[in-house]
Amino acid sequence: MGYSFSRILAAMLIALLASTSWAEESLQDMTAPPQESEQADAAGIAPPTIQTILDRLTSRSFDEKEAAIRQLAGQDSPRVIPLLNALMERELIHNRKDDTITLGSKSDGQWQLLDPVTLEPLGQVESRAARPVVINNRLRTVINNQLALFALNSERTEERARAAEQLIGNNDPEMLAALKALRETEDSPRVLEQIDTALNIAALNSDDLTHRLNAIQALSGNLHPETKNTLNQRLHATDSDTEKQALEKAIARIEARIETFQTADTLFFGLSMGSVLLLAAIGLAITFGVMGVINMAHGELIMLGAYTTFVVQQALPNSHEWSLLIAIPAAFLVSAIIGILIERFVIRFLYGRPLETLLATFGVSLILQQAVRVIFSPLNRTVVTPDWMSGALQINPVFSLTYNRLYIIFFALAVFLALLTLLKKTRLGLQVRAVSQNRTTARALGIRSERVNALTFGLGSGIAGVAGVALAQLTNVGPNLGQSYIIDSFMVVVFGGVGNLWGTLTAAFGLGIANKLLEPMAGAVLAKIIVLIFIILFIQRKPRGLFPQRGRAAEE
Amino acid sequence: MSLSRSMKKLAAGVVASTAIAYSGAVMAADTIKVGVLHSLSGTMAISESTLKDTVLMMIEEQNKKGGVMGKQLEPVVVDPASNWPLFAEKTRELITQEGVDVIFGCWTSVSRKSVLPVVEELNGLLFYPVQYEGEESSKNVFYTGAAPNQQAIPAVNYLLNDLGVERFVLAGTDYVYPRTTNKILEAYLKSKGVADEDIMINYTPFGHSDWQSIVSEIKAFGSQGKKTAVVSTINGDANVPFYKELGNQGVSAEDIPVVAFSVGEEELSGIDTGPLVGHLAAWNYFQSVYNDANNAFIDQWHAYTGDDKRVTNDPMEATYIGFNMWVKAVEKAKSTDTDKVADAMIGIETPNLTGGTAVMNENHHLSKPVLIGEIQDDGQFAVVWETDGLVKGDAWSDYLPGSKDLISDWTDPVNCGNYNTKTKSCGGASAE
Repeated sequence: MGYSFSRILAAMLIALLASTSWAEESLQDMTAPPQESEQADAAGIAPPTIQTILDRLTSRSFDEKEAAIRQLAGQDSPRVIPLLNALMERELIHNRKDDTITLGSKSDGQWQLLDPVTLEPLGQVESRAARPVVINNRLRTVINNQLALFALNSERTEERARAAEQLIGNNDPEMLAALKALRETEDSPRVLEQIDTALNIAALNSDDLTHRLNAIQALSGNLHPETKNTLNQRLHATDSDTEKQALEKAIARIEARIETFQTADTLFFGLSMGSVLLLAAIGLAITFGVMGVINMAHGELIMLGAYTTFVVQQALPNSHEWSLLIAIPAAFLVSAIIGILIERFVIRFLYGRPLETLLATFGVSLILQQAVRVIFSPLNRTVVTPDWMSGALQINPVFSLTYNRLYIIFFALAVFLALLTLLKKTRLGLQVRAVSQNRTTARALGIRSERVNALTFGLGSGIAGVAGVALAQLTNVGPNLGQSYIIDSFMVVVFGGVGNLWGTLTAAFGLGIANKLLEPMAGAVLAKIIVLIFIILFIQRKPRGLFPQRGRAAEE
Repeated sequence: MSLSRSMKKLAAGVVASTAIAYSGAVMAADTIKVGVLHSLSGTMAISESTLKDTVLMMIEEQNKKGGVMGKQLEPVVVDPASNWPLFAEKTRELITQEGVDVIFGCWTSVSRKSVLPVVEELNGLLFYPVQYEGEESSKNVFYTGAAPNQQAIPAVNYLLNDLGVERFVLAGTDYVYPRTTNKILEAYLKSKGVADEDIMINYTPFGHSDWQSIVSEIKAFGSQGKKTAVVSTINGDANVPFYKELGNQGVSAEDIPVVAFSVGEEELSGIDTGPLVGHLAAWNYFQSVYNDANNAFIDQWHAYTGDDKRVTNDPMEATYIGFNMWVKAVEKAKSTDTDKVADAMIGIETPNLTGGTAVMNENHHLSKPVLIGEIQDDGQFAVVWETDGLVKGDAWSDYLPGSKDLISDWTDPVNCGNYNTKTKSCGGASAE
């Protein structure tokens, strides 16, 4: 082992001193010179073995369990860290039959038991005959702190930094002693920064005024939430004027920095919401915007994309990390085919009759929803988020960008650009634009407008399916998924100007950001209402949206 | 022409099947009809279709045991489609056309409010199996879910006393249950000395999916130095993106625990619970409770659904208790007559699934244990706290000015759902 147990043991003893009555017992066991321990043996108190400590975890009382965990952490054994980790991971099993604690893992509905110390297999028991040792949030914090204490001596910088961060705000003398000790030998600036924050926060409670002033100076502008809290507490406690001034200055600086980052945060949220709106609306911008078909089943085409993601993940159970890459083309195909079928069998007969199209596609949307209910059940399905999309890019303690949102912003822009290129640079794009501008002339020039209609509708639907893949990462995959996006989609397309893709882009991001700016002030419900009212008023003034189409085509 | 022929065929088929159904009804005259009024489509289908299956399973089981009073039970399932006015129509259909003797149904409070006038008018019998906001007690309804004092208040007490929480975020979906519950909680917290600025209240629409700003607000609210917790009455599938966002933004249960009243095993089966470990829920039942009755119930449920991954949850237990109580009450009253059964119901005891006994009180609410569980990485809850004994359901909250003096007692001499103990009058005042 690369770390010194004696140091940890010493630190642990300080903690034990502060602890409850049982601690005195075990303290005797551990500090007592050999003869005394033999005496203790003679008096009937055996030194605790790892197994006897573990067996205390069978208790229902969390206080008893906490005591056992602290005692376990104080043992000089290479098994301590793996066992603490096992407790966190719920791999420490309480066997109900003989009331013992063992290691265990579940396979085929059976617990495979292992001896916690020797790792020898102990056979298996039925699923209900054993259960993981229950820990609560308090115990989790205790275990994490103990593990952090060990991890301070880790070889890996990453782990040391995380451990030091975990210990920030901790006033426990043993922890501080360990941090101070590490500071002497540490050379990574990242770890040093965390240690300094932790030590400076602790120093705020020192009795020496200059000590405190130095700490305040060092913490000025520090964004760790614990810093601001401790500074605030100090502000209420202090009676020195110089300290008060220093504190106020430091807090003001922290608050100013937090405010800047919060603005950035809101902007990011707005962009993220805008990207979702863009994804949902962009397919509609084709079918409604370019072709003029009011497709109420648009939301259900998004839903089909989301379900395709689910099916792909089910089909490839071991490759969640990259199955999304397969889901994107698959969802495009599924939705595009359904879209073409809708166009061929329903919409084709209804061109130029918007009311009938609206009703017919609304019917289609109900059919699709109920079909999904019959095939997949009305319950929501779980779409697994790959690891590279979970968590957040932590820029500092108050500002982080969640990965799933970040990827979806880029994805939405990529889809937008791809579509734009398709419409502007390809033959199909040219034909689509020609048909949408003037069907009769286009036909006279030899364009097969029927085929173009079907393909365009398929394209718009396919893109809705691709949007479904992205939305499956953010929201519930259920039969109602589509309904929650259909209104927003129409809103974006109408607001942006029918038939204009750039308008859709601007409208999506504009509405997203406006919504997020309003939300902290007005609340989620009211923010939505305000945005809707704004759009109603806007459409009254400019019925053709932000970017109206110009030219003869628009005159009709 | 083929169309008209097939239409004729269809018409003939309809006539034939109606005739069969009619004769079936005549032949089955000595069965007891049980109405099942849960949404099988629409937003609430997610939660309610499970309860429909639970009732059908209980009926099947009871019929195997020989039915009730020697008669077989016959389920009549209707689909109110998450459409609140349709709940009332379907109730009328069940009672007047189908002639059911009892109805098990409803989930949301708004659906119950819609059914209420109909069951009262037609003197039907409704068993309502979901936790709700209280402030109601009808002669024709038995509430087998939790009242606020059996869920919300104990949970907040746990936060105050065991976790030392000083700041509270009350987050809910924007409708009657969260709004009333939060009103009660706010009054309760203030009576415990929590300051105004330490309570943040937030409402979101049904099915809300963009939780970024709200979670970030909660984070900011929670980093002011005082221990903070979120009390969530967020309903339905909006919870999934909410918890996902909490996980992604790194809000851990050790820093800001979320205690939810509408999140159970069923809701969690839609998400990866790894990042949620340690967040809390308060219920009267968890699937993870270990005892013979519960193990048998879970096995029966798995066998019935043919899927051993299906979870059980609190409203299912409430349905289980309600059904068993109704069976006992019918056998005690030796009749399915609403008034006789309703009288027989009071005082009925049946085993619950957490190792104790459920008692039906004179206010048509149950006495139940309250459990607080922490979410585990397998989507189950581990019980971390429970009440010592049973808590008696309180129809009218003691913390709201309008309902403080009201009680409900459906036994003589009071026989009233909103009896004012101060003015000694029935219906003298009703809470908002």
